Amino acid sequence: MNKRKLSNILGTSLMGSMLLITAIFLLIFLIRMFSKGFAVLSPEFFFSMPRNAMTEGGIWPALVGTFLLTTLAMLVSLPLGIFTAIWLTNYARPRWLVRILRIAINTLAGTPSIIFGLFGMAIFVNLMGFDVSLISGGLTLAILALPVIINNTEEALRAVPVEFRDASLALGATPRQTIMRVLMPAALPNVLTGAIISVSRVAGETAPIMFTAATFYSRRLPQGPGDEVMALPYHIYALMTEGTHPGSQVPIAYGTALVLLLLVLLISGAAIIIRSSIRRKRQW
Amino acid sequence: MVNIQIQTSELNLWFGKNHVLRDVNLPVHSNQVTAMIGPSGCGKSTLLRCFNRMNDLIPETRITGKITLGEEDIYAPRADVTTIRSRVGMVFQKPNPFPKSIFHNVAYGLMIQGKFPRHELRDRVEESLRAAWLWDEVKDRLNSSAMCLSGGQQQRLCIARALANRPKVLLLDEPTSALDPQSTAKIEELCLELKKSVTILIVTHNVAKAGRISDHTAFMYLGELVEFDRTEKMFTVPADKRTEAYLTGVFG
Repeated sequence: MNKRKLSNILGTSLMGSMLLITAIFLLIFLIRMFSKGFAVLSPEFFFSMPRNAMTEGGIWPALVGTFLLTTLAMLVSLPLGIFTAIWLTNYARPRWLVRILRIAINTLAGTPSIIFGLFGMAIFVNLMGFDVSLISGGLTLAILALPVIINNTEEALRAVPVEFRDASLALGATPRQTIMRVLMPAALPNVLTGAIISVSRVAGETAPIMFTAATFYSRRLPQGPGDEVMALPYHIYALMTEGTHPGSQVPIAYGTALVLLLLVLLISGAAIIIRSSIRRKRQW
Repeated sequence: MVNIQIQTSELNLWFGKNHVLRDVNLPVHSNQVTAMIGPSGCGKSTLLRCFNRMNDLIPETRITGKITLGEEDIYAPRADVTTIRSRVGMVFQKPNPFPKSIFHNVAYGLMIQGKFPRHELRDRVEESLRAAWLWDEVKDRLNSSAMCLSGGQQQRLCIARALANRPKVLLLDEPTSALDPQSTAKIEELCLELKKSVTILIVTHNVAKAGRISDHTAFMYLGELVEFDRTEKMFTVPADKRTEAYLTGVFG
């Protein structure tokens, strides 16, 4: 066997084993999550309130809380992010200002989420007086999602062939009409995919809501935007760190973690389905 | 009696410091096909894109001189660029239908004006598709995606889309260079039919094609309009040596 063949085989098997190691860790992780969490899953676990100092009962308020926080965050960050991206790709002048804005956005995208939590506490909770509430947490999460959505939308818009823009303008369309009727519809699948992925990111964040929205335990569902809420990730954190009855609380924590995991899987799956179904319809 | 549809006078254009068009004086006759030929980079596409002000999109473009479309100075400060573009249709080198239905592709130029009722849109779409010889091929599937059409059909769809605005002028920028010979022949033939109702300006690399379909030919070289004449005259007795050299294939 010559040297090149040998090094080829070596290289391939090295990469294969790296993949295997990664896959094994993922597998162990999944098996552990399922074996520890699956036992507590039941309709009751999903739809009932926690009872007896959270040693029994379900996660309904945390589910509702996470849903509300995520929805609120998306309602704020999607329009803001999409229109910012449209402005950046089509209108923004002069160049140096755009460059500074891009650097700012990318820095924001790389900022640790606990910093967003502190920012949210300083601005929404204290300065604006929203207290620890659904609205403070939703806005904090919105800011966390914003750079991701802006970058993703910009990329999606840039991926639209410039020929479409030329065709539209040459037919007498204004730049605004070109954006709204041609560029945005063409970019939509990618914009949506990115939005859905940021939903799963937002739904799983703990640090930003710790000081701004989440509560350890709530007897009732939030009644309005000014109420504190329970949330899935924070619920896990609370059960594991502040629980007084680990024997009965740790399984609930694993069950909650499994629910969160399944939720993220479900959302990512939806993103893949949407993307591929729209891609099949229009190609260029 | 000669009718001039477009006239450029002393047209100069710079991209940044690059002097791309030099003192171009070109008359374009109504209801004729005018071909623009010349080697790559001679400025023929740039000149074409002056007529619907598409060069406006390129930063640091500077233009002096005058272009009139009919009576209107299209670079006048008060000229409305969207109105001009709706009167001057353009078809590009690569077929570029929108990722929309066939119907919405053709209706696009009318829908953005927002003043056509639904039934009129339908009539104009049919009229345009018929004019571009595409109606019989697509009349049963107006709602399917334009992306499903073949390359030649897509290009004729782009012609129909440009015709829907009932333009006075149709600008064709090497419209067949991405197409197979049959589709090319069909579009050439179509040009001869279309010139009855619209003035056609076509940029082409293909000298033989210019000879086949055009009434007038403009030969450009290094940003200058070297020669402009009736096609049969230029192709038999070119006045300029450079024209002769290009037509006989000495360079290009």
